[in-house]
Amino acid sequence: MAYVSIADRDHTIEHHDPQTFITKYVYSQDHKVIAIQYGVLAILIGLVGMLLSSTFRLQLGFPDTFDFINPENYYQFVTVHGMIMVIYLLTALFLGGFGNYLIPLQLGSRDMVFPFMNMLSVWVYFLSVIILVASFFVPGGATGAGWTLYPPQAISPGTPGVEWGIVLMLLSLAVFIVAFTMGGLNYVTTVLQARCKGMTLMRMPLSIWGIFMATILGLLAFPALLVSAIMMLLDKLIGTSFFMPAMMAAGEVTEYGGGSPVLFQHLFWFFGHPEVYIVALPAFGIVSDLLATHARKNIFGYRMMVWAIIAIGGLSFIVWAHHMYVSGMNPYFGFFFATTTLIIAVPTAIKVYNWVLTLWQGNIHLRVPMLFAIAFIFTFTHGGLTGLFLGNVTIDLPLSDTYFVVAHFHMVMGVSPVLVVFGAIYHWYPKMTGRMYNETLGKWHFWLTFLGTYSLYLPMHYIGFLGVPRRYFAMGDTDFMPDSAITLNASMTISALIIAASQSIFIYNMIASLKNGKPSGPNPWKATSLEWQTPDTPPKHGNWGHHLPVVHRWAYDYSVPGQADDFTPQTVPAEDVPVGREHGVEH
Amino acid sequence: MYITLIFLGVIMATIIGWLLKQSLNTKPWLADAADDAVSGASLDTNTGVVALSTFLAVATSVFALFISAYTIRMEEPDWRPVTEPMLLWVNTGMLVLASIVYHWTRNAAVKGIQSRLKPGLLLAGLFTFLFLVGQMVAWRQLDAAGLYAENNVANAFFYLLTAVHGLHMLGGMWVWGKSTVKVWTGADADSVRLSIELCTIYWHFLLLVWIVLFGMLLST
Repeated sequence: MAYVSIADRDHTIEHHDPQTFITKYVYSQDHKVIAIQYGVLAILIGLVGMLLSSTFRLQLGFPDTFDFINPENYYQFVTVHGMIMVIYLLTALFLGGFGNYLIPLQLGSRDMVFPFMNMLSVWVYFLSVIILVASFFVPGGATGAGWTLYPPQAISPGTPGVEWGIVLMLLSLAVFIVAFTMGGLNYVTTVLQARCKGMTLMRMPLSIWGIFMATILGLLAFPALLVSAIMMLLDKLIGTSFFMPAMMAAGEVTEYGGGSPVLFQHLFWFFGHPEVYIVALPAFGIVSDLLATHARKNIFGYRMMVWAIIAIGGLSFIVWAHHMYVSGMNPYFGFFFATTTLIIAVPTAIKVYNWVLTLWQGNIHLRVPMLFAIAFIFTFTHGGLTGLFLGNVTIDLPLSDTYFVVAHFHMVMGVSPVLVVFGAIYHWYPKMTGRMYNETLGKWHFWLTFLGTYSLYLPMHYIGFLGVPRRYFAMGDTDFMPDSAITLNASMTISALIIAASQSIFIYNMIASLKNGKPSGPNPWKATSLEWQTPDTPPKHGNWGHHLPVVHRWAYDYSVPGQADDFTPQTVPAEDVPVGREHGVEH
Repeated sequence: MYITLIFLGVIMATIIGWLLKQSLNTKPWLADAADDAVSGASLDTNTGVVALSTFLAVATSVFALFISAYTIRMEEPDWRPVTEPMLLWVNTGMLVLASIVYHWTRNAAVKGIQSRLKPGLLLAGLFTFLFLVGQMVAWRQLDAAGLYAENNVANAFFYLLTAVHGLHMLGGMWVWGKSTVKVWTGADADSVRLSIELCTIYWHFLLLVWIVLFGMLLST
């Protein structure tokens, strides 16, 4: 018997609206509520991560000034900051937050295909966050092993949090992976099987392509982190020697022997590098949609953009050891990984060209989401170019473990995706709430964040070139560090504090606009994709009222010559398109 | 990491090849009426099958990574191979029987033969249970022989791999329990068919994984 698609048998499926407050807003199975739960939780823990970075920046900018920062909690703050930002903020927000919100709405589905499992996903994620935060309150505090958790240091005496902090960190990661897997199975199955009629894969908005490919990467790459976390937990708790070599610690011979720390590095980066693209691909997709909508132009090279996403996804699994050039690998391996790293720059560069060409002769509306999207092109290009430096073995060796590396990865996978997160939140806020945000406050938030991050990270490249090493609590007196580097460190700290403070504008704007914002109407940006065509704003349970939408075109019919409006929604059939004036360059 | 790379190479090539096939020769910027009639499902199969297949890819990734770690770690000079208990052969037999019986039950569910469901599920569960008990007894035998996890990493890998496989098996038993309860409370073959079909795929998968793991343990 042939399978009947979900769209084709929608009329036979009973839809029950949740009735109580608990089922509507707490244990909700509605993808939109789950998306907002994911988003709010991720932003809250992200604020903790930002607070931690502000604190350790105080030490870096003004050493020997603040008594409440000692070497132990400095390392704990650095470690947990990194882990929060990469995993608990960005991964959770892009896939759990935007993935949940956008997949059913942009594909014309009523919900995810497994709503109960989707609900479990967010609550298990919540549990992982609780475990992570709890690690600050156990004896010895959180782990201070650095976000890469390299053994043998991570579980050796002398490292902060070696008692319980590292155990809770590893446990929290394992729980997070369970949560992600439950969500990921939903995203993949929904994209493949629950699209509305007419929504071919090649009519999907690029946001969905990015989220879809990132989910596949996550499902295949997170197991590497799980495997390494389990093995390290066993090394720590029952004294196995998967990773731990024979060694002395704190003046005593340990009972470990024969373990391979490099094995951990391989496993960690086998997850770690795809993780960069787990964060980047959704950002690529979303920024494409933001640029097309606010430049009133179809995305340049849609098919090429899709292929680039697919190619980057495939290549991301064979570049991991470029993080390990200094680990003593065979030089031929270094050559291989440098080559693959440069190859992956090709589809990435294609995307950048296509974003710029989308803007070319567009009718650019510099609204807040667009400002963030354009800023992303700058920061991502910047971070990508420094990546070309570090991808080459000979240049990486002297720059390894300096602030140049820190500046590089903050530009490419810290600042850039976060700018997209902000752009996306401003872009879809009217759909999520039915209200407009305050444009002036949004622009203040943008300029302070954008200029602030440049004033923070540009100088950081410079001190990295000088050879200032990362991770040090205090530099002390060093010949190679001129006074200018010390002064720059102070200015970078001030920039970091300004950026951190300016996020309060964003939070105020989001909360105040819930009540005070002007009603947005269903489609304030005159956008084409399906989420803007829902019968209700914010969309109600089931999204589409009695009938699922039918799609007649791709999501990028902006300023089509010969059509009366400068946008044609995906739901409009060819015969209903109003004919009228020419669109093109506005004079 | 070669084993993981080979696995990922195969799986990514499949995904990428399939996706490219969907996208080549398409011109999405043209509103093509033929596309409007597309159903919205890419694969002609149930969502449960798609989700399970995706999960099996994740689980394969986990086992491939453990196997990679095993092969890398065994190169170190401290590796002392484990002599596997003979009981593992019996356990393997139990798992083979469980898989065969599950397949027999699945065929019954597809054909609507209600009378075979109860004995089929009961036997599949029993053989799986015996497999799990057998694995625990094997652990006890190793423990009694003084082969502790902390003494040598080869021992630790034995405990770890069998535990991870056993946990996957336990997850399957939970779903087995649900469909068994349903059948016992009067559900007809049609309403449990999908669950039994999915479990059968899962049991075959875990049998295959166990054969690979057992083969690796025996040969190293």
